[in-house]
Amino acid sequence: MIGPFHPIAARASEHARTLDLLFGSFGAMVAVLTLPIFVLLVLFAIRYRTTNDVNREHAESHNLWIELSWSIIPFLLTLGFFVWATSLYFDLRTPPPGAYTINVVAKQWMWKFQHPDGTAEINELHVPANTPVRLVMTSRDVIHSLYFPALRIKQDVLPGRYTEEWFEADRPGTYPLRCAEFCGADHSVMGGQLVVLRPERYANWLEHQGSFGTSATLAGQGERLFRDLGCSGCHGPASAVKAPDLAGVFGRPVGLTDGNVVMADEQYLHDSIMLPNSQVVGGYPAIMPTYGNLIEPEQVNALVAYLKQLDPPEGSPE
Amino acid sequence: MPEQRELHEPFHQRERQEEADRLGMLVFIGSEAMLFGGIFAAALALRLLHPHEFTSASAHMKLWHGTANTAVLLTSSLLAAIAVEAARGGRARWAGRALWGAAALGMLFLAIKAHEYWLEWREGVVPGPPNADFGSRFEQLFMNFYFVATGLHALHLTAGLVLLGITALNRRARHDRGAVLIGNVALYWHLVDLVWVFLYPTIYLAGAGR
Amino acid sequence: MSAAAIDAEREPEDVERTSYLRAGYSLRSWFFTTDHKRIAILYLFSISFFFAIGGIAAALIRLDLLTPGPDLLSNDGYNRAFSLHGIIMVWFFLIPSIPNTFGNFLIPLMIGARDLAFPRLNLLSWYIYIFAGLLTLLVVLGGGVDTGWTFYTPLTTMYANGMVVMAVVAVFISGFSTILTGLNFIVTIHKLRAPGMTWSRLPLFIWSHYAVSLIFVLATPVLAVTLLLLLAERVFGIGVFDPSLGGDPLLFQHLFWFYSHPAVYIMVLPALGVMSELITSAAHKQIFGYWFVAYASIAIAVIGFLVWGHHMFVSGQSIYASTVFSFLSLAVAVPSAIKVFNWTATLYKGDIDISAPLLFAMGFIVLFVAGGLTGLMLAMLAIDVHVHDTYFVVAHFHYIMVGGTVTAFFGALHYWWPKITGRMYNEMLARIAAITILVGFNLTFFPQYMLGYEGMPRRYHVYPPEFQVLHVLSSAGAGLLAVGYLMPLFYLVWSLFKGARASANPWGATGLEWTTSSPPPKHNFTEQPVVVRGPYHYPLKHPSSRDHA
Repeated sequence: MIGPFHPIAARASEHARTLDLLFGSFGAMVAVLTLPIFVLLVLFAIRYRTTNDVNREHAESHNLWIELSWSIIPFLLTLGFFVWATSLYFDLRTPPPGAYTINVVAKQWMWKFQHPDGTAEINELHVPANTPVRLVMTSRDVIHSLYFPALRIKQDVLPGRYTEEWFEADRPGTYPLRCAEFCGADHSVMGGQLVVLRPERYANWLEHQGSFGTSATLAGQGERLFRDLGCSGCHGPASAVKAPDLAGVFGRPVGLTDGNVVMADEQYLHDSIMLPNSQVVGGYPAIMPTYGNLIEPEQVNALVAYLKQLDPPEGSPE
Repeated sequence: MPEQRELHEPFHQRERQEEADRLGMLVFIGSEAMLFGGIFAAALALRLLHPHEFTSASAHMKLWHGTANTAVLLTSSLLAAIAVEAARGGRARWAGRALWGAAALGMLFLAIKAHEYWLEWREGVVPGPPNADFGSRFEQLFMNFYFVATGLHALHLTAGLVLLGITALNRRARHDRGAVLIGNVALYWHLVDLVWVFLYPTIYLAGAGR
Repeated sequence: MSAAAIDAEREPEDVERTSYLRAGYSLRSWFFTTDHKRIAILYLFSISFFFAIGGIAAALIRLDLLTPGPDLLSNDGYNRAFSLHGIIMVWFFLIPSIPNTFGNFLIPLMIGARDLAFPRLNLLSWYIYIFAGLLTLLVVLGGGVDTGWTFYTPLTTMYANGMVVMAVVAVFISGFSTILTGLNFIVTIHKLRAPGMTWSRLPLFIWSHYAVSLIFVLATPVLAVTLLLLLAERVFGIGVFDPSLGGDPLLFQHLFWFYSHPAVYIMVLPALGVMSELITSAAHKQIFGYWFVAYASIAIAVIGFLVWGHHMFVSGQSIYASTVFSFLSLAVAVPSAIKVFNWTATLYKGDIDISAPLLFAMGFIVLFVAGGLTGLMLAMLAIDVHVHDTYFVVAHFHYIMVGGTVTAFFGALHYWWPKITGRMYNEMLARIAAITILVGFNLTFFPQYMLGYEGMPRRYHVYPPEFQVLHVLSSAGAGLLAVGYLMPLFYLVWSLFKGARASANPWGATGLEWTTSSPPPKHNFTEQPVVVRGPYHYPLKHPSSRDHA
């Protein structure tokens, strides 16, 4: 719906439709609870005007049961919506396993998207419809926020950390994407388009992108970096230096020197490259140099993509 | 003859005015506690995010300086409490001496701290100067935190020294059997001490025993 | 209350002669005063000045937003305009507005004291505020800052331009004024109540100001240390927020909002206190549920410290923390709702004078409730994910702070104007101003809810053209609102010269402040009042003249 005055933004996913239902029904409930107040205010002001001769006898100045009921009952009704809204939120923050992952790097004042096959986009994001899409995002400078009004979702994008948001768009079309966290001079023009394509058309589109990006997939780019930056020098099988073997590292628990055990997720892999001594694997010395100054977030994304698809060594438990 | 502060507007009764002064100081101390609360919240966050590096950075701190300072400040606080009791017991001269003693120990604290900072400068772990050479990036973050936290504490301690000095010189305060001014200044001094009692383990003991 | 009768029935010439306004005419007698009433007037002038500056920034913003493109200001200029608008309105207008004018003026009067506990500290608070304000003016003249009033890192520490350091220092210094005011109010309310003025006989205005003073004293220091850490990072490079060193930008947000959420209750609690006075006075009736309303103020202050994470639902905060914050944010609405229900019940079977203060009070209730309900929506996690950082939030907080606090401020100004100045204003003009303000306000801010839900982010200079119609409506409303706010400037000032002289109790209200003359003498009462009954003991035995126009 476009034009000078359109009632509500488009809804491009099931979540968007559900959210509008939640908002509308909660709005209706609160309106029903509060309109009486406004009406009574005006009514009382008129009816009990000092010039009116009405019955003012027996006006109470306190009533415990009334006070308790009008406090507790609306609160309980609100709690019902709280449960609904919280459950939707938990769903929003739990991407389905195996979701199609796209990396996002935000910088003043543009958005870069890295598809797994190596395709890169700037400010425009093509995604397949009816497919869970998971965005793994980081910033090169300040905090930004990636907002898709038509999907009713947003998530802040932080420097030095990965945050994520996921969606499943089911209405092919073109929708706005906007930066929603004030990030400096050109904040209001840091936007673009989300282009939702039916899966076949999306596959077609991807094929035609080969000339812009590199010919390697994101993981392939990561493999090349792993060699070029010297990572395999310590982490490779023939190394004299004692460094953890990275085969199958992603998604498994890792024991640290202080006794804690953490899950090796994308953030862990990122931190191991950028802030290596923050969490040191148990039994290893803290000697890995930091790559914090040397590589860009886009390259970290490539390395992480490479590490994620490394198979565990033969015969190790799943 | 017990000497007291003169009554001022809007009070009619001296007792009421003294209660108000005491309550005022307590409220002020509450606000100061929240100020340092923010510092401790930052420390907690850093520790939770980087547990390993926090403890190893803490292990590099000068434990002897920190411990000596803790002993010095605790004793200083004790002297401030003694000053209050002395004034209440009518022993104005001892009240004065205890106050000077507390102030002297406070200055000793600052001297030990200054020496510690100087040693840290020499080792290159003071952020800013060109010879700065931290072992790791987090070490630099930790030292940043250390300087802000101890610097803020030292500022408050200096203000406390001024208050102790003013009170020690104030004849009327020393002779006040109600120990109003001395009591309020001692309260402030105890806060300065208490903040240090929490800063010390946070900064120095996190890495001890490794 | 024989002492009251004596005060109320003094001869006009005697009232005039002993009035606090006539106790010295020199500049010195004003700028070195320790009289809480004169200090309140000093504050009234200063906050009005800053309201005007903040209002000019708002005018620039709304003018520029008439069109989708960048015409009036550059992108950077617009960012500085909204940053300035926020900084000035929050710290130099809203926070001091009711407490430092009406709180200062009325607290001693309402509890039967001669002044606040620490009169000189009170004057110091004003000077600290003025000094901070001057620094802010320097920032304005120096081109402002482009950080937003929220100063998020790493934008503020490492990328922002303009006079960031001076702006942060100015806000830091203003915090001391706030803390000292809170300290003064707390000690005053504890230690200077008149004989017979037990806690159960305190006017609800006092309960709100007590609650707000707790927040002043406990929350503001956290802002102070947060700003110090910000300065340490920006000026000396010794920061703890820098992500490349392992710092956490979210740490700043937690520290900032730990103060800034209670800060919004600082901005609204005094207004709620004003409301209880305006409603009971207009209805000439006892408040319904005194203890529920009194404790509701305390509950708002306490729970208000536990909800800060609702500003961070999409920041990367843990989903479990977000759930707890969401629940508590819904809970904090309950005490506010109690107050609103109780005010409505107070009007029931009242003996009501429909005057400008009542119009402001009713406007407040409608707008505060509307704003509060959208607050509930924002507290719902999934809804917030959509409307966070959009105009929906902007509309919500303007409904509370402008529709709420500023409306309450104007209501208080009209209601206590006779007491403060000894003059009555023109009632008809006041009613017109009240209605103009209410209509203008809704026209300005209701469209913004729609803009937000449709996906218009906040802090946007340039926007997609489909949003223009709603923006034009909003800007038109802003123009009307400005007219409404300017009107009182004229008829209130006019009343100082030509207004009818006010009696001690023109509204026929209870409350110790109405037992002394209008304006009060320098030391408030000619004899120490003694309190023998509760604060809203209607009907009055000596109703005096309900002699407003």
